[in-house]
Amino acid sequence: MKETNIGYRHLKQKIIFSLLGITLCVVLLILAVIIYFIVKRGIGVISWEFITAMPQNGMTEGGIWPALLGTFYLVIGAIIFSTPLGVFAAIYMTEYAKKGRLVSIIRIGVNNLAGVPSVVFGLFGLGIFVKFLGFGVSLLSGSLTLAIVILPTIIRASEEALITVPDEYRNASLALGATNWQTVKNVVLPNAMPGILTGVILGIGRVAGETAPIIFTAATFFTMRLPSSVFDEVMALPYNIYALVTAGTFPAKQVPIAYGTAFVLLVLVLLINLVAVGLRLKFSQNKR
Amino acid sequence: MDWKTKEKLIKYILLIFAMSSIMFLTGIVIVLFREGLPIFYKIGIIDFLFGQEWYPTYDPASFGILPLISASVLVTLGAMIFAVPIGLSTSVFISYIMPKSIKNFIKPTIELLAGIPSVIYGLFGMKILGPFLKDIFGLPTGLTALTASIMLGIMALPTIISLSEDAITSVPKKFRDASLALGGTRWETISKVILPTASSGIVTAIMLGMGRAIGETMTVLMVAGGASAMPKSILKPVRPMTATIAAEMGETPVGSNHYQALFGIAIVLFIITLSFNIIADLTRKRFYKKVSGK
Repeated sequence: MKETNIGYRHLKQKIIFSLLGITLCVVLLILAVIIYFIVKRGIGVISWEFITAMPQNGMTEGGIWPALLGTFYLVIGAIIFSTPLGVFAAIYMTEYAKKGRLVSIIRIGVNNLAGVPSVVFGLFGLGIFVKFLGFGVSLLSGSLTLAIVILPTIIRASEEALITVPDEYRNASLALGATNWQTVKNVVLPNAMPGILTGVILGIGRVAGETAPIIFTAATFFTMRLPSSVFDEVMALPYNIYALVTAGTFPAKQVPIAYGTAFVLLVLVLLINLVAVGLRLKFSQNKR
Repeated sequence: MDWKTKEKLIKYILLIFAMSSIMFLTGIVIVLFREGLPIFYKIGIIDFLFGQEWYPTYDPASFGILPLISASVLVTLGAMIFAVPIGLSTSVFISYIMPKSIKNFIKPTIELLAGIPSVIYGLFGMKILGPFLKDIFGLPTGLTALTASIMLGIMALPTIISLSEDAITSVPKKFRDASLALGGTRWETISKVILPTASSGIVTAIMLGMGRAIGETMTVLMVAGGASAMPKSILKPVRPMTATIAAEMGETPVGSNHYQALFGIAIVLFIITLSFNIIADLTRKRFYKKVSGK
């Protein structure tokens, strides 16, 4: 076989392209298998009662309502803290700072914060919020910890959204005599909103599924009452799954509940991500 | 207040917000070192890092974290052996071979893999992949370094695919056109022109994938088996650093040697992931320089 033979070279290309195509199929198959098993084993457990009832008999019967509610509260808490922080940080980086050393240092900070292992965030939350500030193992400590976990996601998404606003808009506003802040508030932010919202929604999806940061800061395995203040411990869907399969004493009864919880969590997270993807698609079409 | 002072004030307030990431990063370093540094004095840095016995609750206790570091390295390398070839070839296929209309559908689908919570991967690995591998290899337990490697590999795939795909597609179109015009086939163009140009971008993708794998907690906690002896085989249970922290922190009294040792592990882990991220940042910069032709 000669390297110069065009027929041989095209055959080689065909074979390699097919192999590459097969690896893509493998990736998609893995995704399908994981979703298939969680759905198959979880869907039978799901009922209206499973979602809305309190757990019974040490988490061996009943529903997951407190965990669902706990995850909802943690999401709300984390978003309340991290959205303003992330959006304002992004506004500074795109609208105020001059390109230079300071912005690149900040960006290195954001990138490295994104790379911190989730369990290390948990230790940080334990050290600062639970111990040092005395919030204890609570909804508040967990929300604050999770807010830091998703901060890089929100900063990056907001930054991207702000950059895509055309400079003509800014110049037009500035030329009318508006100050920089008025321009940001009235012109740039409204136009960047869909992109920022996409980032926030992705953040929600991440918070809903994070487990390691809340193990020492917020989560409890089994509680008979719903959280009534921000200083209460909460149950949460992802921690519930972990605790049921590792610490559960009645696996025969608890593993099905874990699958049911996993099904609920998976559906929630996939829906949230779909909304984010849809929003991003719609947004990018409007731009064209 | 006139508008100039107001603008200045707003700028400084925003700057404080912008510094938040760096403040949190510094805060993490301070907390880790404040709680964890004493153990390095008590045990000695060499004995802590290279001690082969992790028996934190024995009397006398022994705090050598080499088995934990080795376990983390083992499962991460295992994950990469699996995820790098699959991820890389998938990204080539998506970026240059697949029609664009399908690509717009496939890429978000693969990114869904990244959206699945790690505890669900853990459940899958523990209850489905683990028992499956146990039967295949005839093992006493299915929760092994191999199971953890496969799950971590799956979890690193979306990072590697998505970022390498970005790197490959940002190679300027004129490079490809020049090669095709010289009579190269599409595969020759990809393998001899595009991939070498995108290589530092691909290295960034792999580094970030590795950083994610070594820092991943819930999956290895549920799947790796948890034995804290030195890993001897990929078919035996192991206990990576993240799993050790997550599993033991709840049961140890605040301020005890064991507590400090767990923070000590976190320091080691933090330094490792930080270096991965810094290397990724540097190669990313090199990549942009290369494709922008400066």
